[in-house]
Amino acid sequence: MGKAFGAVAGVGAVGSLVAMKKTWDPLPSVKAAGFTTLDMSIYPEGEVITEKWRGKPIFVLKKTAAMIAKQTEEQKARDVVVGDSHFMLAIGLCTHLGCIPAYIPAEESFLCACHGGMFNWAGEVTKVPPPRGFDIPPFKIDGMKVILGEAGPEYQKMKDSGVTL
Amino acid sequence: MAHFTKATSVKDWLNQRLAIETVERVMASEYWIPKNINFLWAMGMVLAITFALLLVSGIFLLMYYQPDVKDAFYSVNYTIMRDVDYGWLWRHIHGVAASVVFLIIYIHMFTGIYYGSYKKGREMIWISGMLLFVAFSAEAFTGYMLPWGQMSYWAGMVITNIFALGDLHLDGLVEWIRGDYVPAQAFLTRFFMLHVVLIPLAIIGLIGLHFAALRIPHVNNQDGEEIDFDAEAKKYLAGDTAGSKVIRFANDFMSKDMMVVGFFLIFFFYLVFFNYGFALDPVNFDPADGLKTPAHIYPEWYFLWSYEILRPFSVNIGLLAFGFAQVIFVLLPWLDRSPNAVPASRRGVFKIWFWVLLADMIVLTAMGKLPPEGIFSTIGLVAALGFILLWVALPFITMNEKKV
Repeated sequence: MGKAFGAVAGVGAVGSLVAMKKTWDPLPSVKAAGFTTLDMSIYPEGEVITEKWRGKPIFVLKKTAAMIAKQTEEQKARDVVVGDSHFMLAIGLCTHLGCIPAYIPAEESFLCACHGGMFNWAGEVTKVPPPRGFDIPPFKIDGMKVILGEAGPEYQKMKDSGVTL
Repeated sequence: MAHFTKATSVKDWLNQRLAIETVERVMASEYWIPKNINFLWAMGMVLAITFALLLVSGIFLLMYYQPDVKDAFYSVNYTIMRDVDYGWLWRHIHGVAASVVFLIIYIHMFTGIYYGSYKKGREMIWISGMLLFVAFSAEAFTGYMLPWGQMSYWAGMVITNIFALGDLHLDGLVEWIRGDYVPAQAFLTRFFMLHVVLIPLAIIGLIGLHFAALRIPHVNNQDGEEIDFDAEAKKYLAGDTAGSKVIRFANDFMSKDMMVVGFFLIFFFYLVFFNYGFALDPVNFDPADGLKTPAHIYPEWYFLWSYEILRPFSVNIGLLAFGFAQVIFVLLPWLDRSPNAVPASRRGVFKIWFWVLLADMIVLTAMGKLPPEGIFSTIGLVAALGFILLWVALPFITMNEKKV
């Protein structure tokens, strides 16, 4: 009797936990709004422009000729090339706990005010606590346009080689 | 079936049905409190009163607050503060009480540590108290989200990101907690629910447990003396009230308790009417903006010490240190290996440990408020390491303590 009652109650408990978990999931409307298209031909060189994707800031930095010339192999792996322009394209949130680092043009660096983390112009981390460089959002190159939220072959390559998470 | 007779009075009528006289005796007139205590023993009642103030002011705020990302900021800063008659009063009471309640909680906690009030049958008082601390912290954090200002948004962002647990990258869990990729409508409404229903219910339940845990071991006293409460109660009831080591909870002890509460309330309402600014961060008077982080993010003062333990390390170690700081206090009754349940002043090295821990947490609190740069980073790091070392050392310090 006790076991039968326990079994029935257990099934009910598991069922309600599933419902509770699902109720807390992001709504379909939230998930569906997760795409942004950027026109890459409009960005000025050497300036950090902030776009918005899934409510998060996206840093777009069209690299200057000097930056392109001094790029290391690791930095090239993070490079997003559209037409003949090179971009640093990244989610503008510190990989530590998600504050937005501010760009300091004189140092060509990003400084996070929350816990003092720093990133360079290529998106690599230069001072802890952040554990890794900026994350790169899923992107797909389409002519001079970039669609955020969709994974193209260039993004897939970065993900497979561990350049981004 | 119980036998009922015609009631001779309202009291008799209730007594037959609810045994109110027995309840009164067990809970008040024959609930014995030692005489050998000081004003620090009144902090429990001060906390109960502060919680009542939070509850009442919260109910009034709830009538005008709008849990909507578009309206929340204005419902607090315009409707409640300007339109609603005396709306400012409820908000200031709520904000000041939310801050002051932590001051009293810390005093209450360190009083317990100093006098060894977590030992010899009082472990459940300590554990339920620490659970209350966790519940109050969650309540403070969820409440901080509701005005939906810049600090609300970014505190929400940073704290929920902690659940990704560093290199475990549980981003799905973070998105599940938020109900979105970033703190947005779903986040605000569910934290509103947590703040006004679920966590307050948990707190009320835990307060019940905390009081119940106190009933059998009774409160400690200034010398950690083991009192035979039955014998002392008999002495008191036999008329030797001067010779007995105990007094009644009500009305005798309560009258002293309420005197301390009275002094506290003078201080509290002085803050509410004349000095409420410390509880309202100026940065939070900017509406939430997901594309702009404030120049300098810091939590409210009562979270600064644990925040500073998180900050100086790389992400994984920082999280481990932070997790350590959150749970270690709960384990105090077992980490303290000494059988002595006496004040720290009579416990040799433990006395030093107590004051160093208190000083270390004050240093952590101060450093947590300052920008993470230069010498402050270094002091913060040393203090964070000091905190961990103190707790690791505690079992060894107390193991060799001489029996008092």
